[in-house]
Amino acid sequence: MTWMLYILLLSAFLCLYRIAMGPTPPDRAVSIDILGTLMVGFCVIAALVWNRDFYLNIAISWALLSYVGSIALAKFLENRSFDE
Amino acid sequence: MVWHVIGYILLVIGVFFDLLGCVGLVRLPDVYNRLQAATKCVTLGTAFLLIGAFFIFGFNAAGMKALLCAAFVLISSPTGAHALARGSHRGGVPLWEGSVVDVYAEDAEGEKIKEE
Repeated sequence: MTWMLYILLLSAFLCLYRIAMGPTPPDRAVSIDILGTLMVGFCVIAALVWNRDFYLNIAISWALLSYVGSIALAKFLENRSFDE
Repeated sequence: MVWHVIGYILLVIGVFFDLLGCVGLVRLPDVYNRLQAATKCVTLGTAFLLIGAFFIFGFNAAGMKALLCAAFVLISSPTGAHALARGSHRGGVPLWEGSVVDVYAEDAEGEKIKEE
């Protein structure tokens, strides 16, 4: 089951390529959002490979915090202030 | 043992969808196309991974946490992607030159944005 970890790492490096080479700021914001969702899957596979349950707690908190970060980046892209 | 096999098949499908979503994120020409490809594929792939983990763990605390996390991902990730698309359109990011229709710009709110 360890090969799934390597495929998810390859996907994460594709996201990092788009973060580095993205021509506009929304490309980078989209890549950060996708990278957060990918890391949730990475934590789940890690919990299955090493048979530790606490990776699922990390996955839940990472999903919720990634959502908050995406909303904050969307407000930033809309040329508004954060406290509106 | 049957549940382990079903969970393993779901995990393989989820990893495949994640990889295809990230290939679409690199290959497509526009921010909206990239958002459309990557968000749908990666959300579905991660939900498949979590449901496969639920099948493998079974009905205990870890399986219930995986199912709860699947519900969170299925609710929050499309909402965040929709907010990102709306923010980038209102922020003035142009569409790809091969795009055919832009319905949001023909909307009343879009007209107000273009006049400003």
